[in-house]
Amino acid sequence: MNELDKLIINTLQDGFPICDAPYRQVAEQLGLSEQELLNRLKALLDNGTLTRFGPLYNAEQMGGALTLAAVKAPKERYDEITDIINAFPEVAHNYARNHELNMWFVLATETPGQIQQTISAIEQQTGLTVYNMPKNKEYFVNLKLEA
Amino acid sequence: MLDDIDRQIIQATQTGLPLTPQPYQTIAEPLGLTANEVMARLTAMQNDGIIRRIGAVPNHYKLGYRFNGMTVWNIPDEFIDELGQKVGQLDFVSHCYHRPRHPPEWLYNLFAMVHGKSQQAVDAQIQQIAELLGDYNLGCDVLYSSKILKKTGFQSSKKFKDCRPVTD
Repeated sequence: MNELDKLIINTLQDGFPICDAPYRQVAEQLGLSEQELLNRLKALLDNGTLTRFGPLYNAEQMGGALTLAAVKAPKERYDEITDIINAFPEVAHNYARNHELNMWFVLATETPGQIQQTISAIEQQTGLTVYNMPKNKEYFVNLKLEA
Repeated sequence: MLDDIDRQIIQATQTGLPLTPQPYQTIAEPLGLTANEVMARLTAMQNDGIIRRIGAVPNHYKLGYRFNGMTVWNIPDEFIDELGQKVGQLDFVSHCYHRPRHPPEWLYNLFAMVHGKSQQAVDAQIQQIAELLGDYNLGCDVLYSSKILKKTGFQSSKKFKDCRPVTD
């Protein structure tokens, strides 16, 4: 990743124009040709520096539901619990974390009612208590990280 | 409310925006729409908050942010909105939420995600949050992810598959 890639990443995290030729518009701002910007962007996506480029949809605004939940997985059952939880298609992310609550996952469902159903099913299959921590309030979300 | 055409546009952009000189035209053609209609609907969805933004999502680790901490704080309920707003405004906090406590085991109700290229950088950020919260901080912890066990889009939903979750 060179300085130009960093500039592209930082610029494109701030948003993208909705107009006929948006890449040309951004390229001009950056002093590049349209084709050069498209090539660099493709390379950054292909090598995994960018995981996505495009509209970021808000699932809740579309009628879906999200929650953050955690379990205390006993060490000797950690892999088994991981497999059970990951097998649920509603589990979008799952992270091991350094705490007594040592497995944290995000549930994403098409309707709010499916959150509780999924939690109940996970509790039944794992025998563990699921600590459900849906957001009461969102103060800030900004995925921007400076390259 | 979203209609069928909105949903078709959402579906068509699930894997991202086309890397073509006229991406909105590229989206419009197979749907039998005009580029102007696609642009108008994307603008409306952005104004309505259905689209948070159009842009790039970097892989934290590839940019060198290897220390990603979920900081959690126990804040008196009557002050949490005011303090949550302030913590969310810190430029290194990527997400900030009020979430429910689960006493007695889990007393933390304010969650703020921080990201750094070194442990030192993250420690300094945590210190800054602690200073901002002052005496209202009744306890805190930082949970680092030791392993990604799963990371996918929204597989449960055919309609909304691959929409990015808003929590990290």
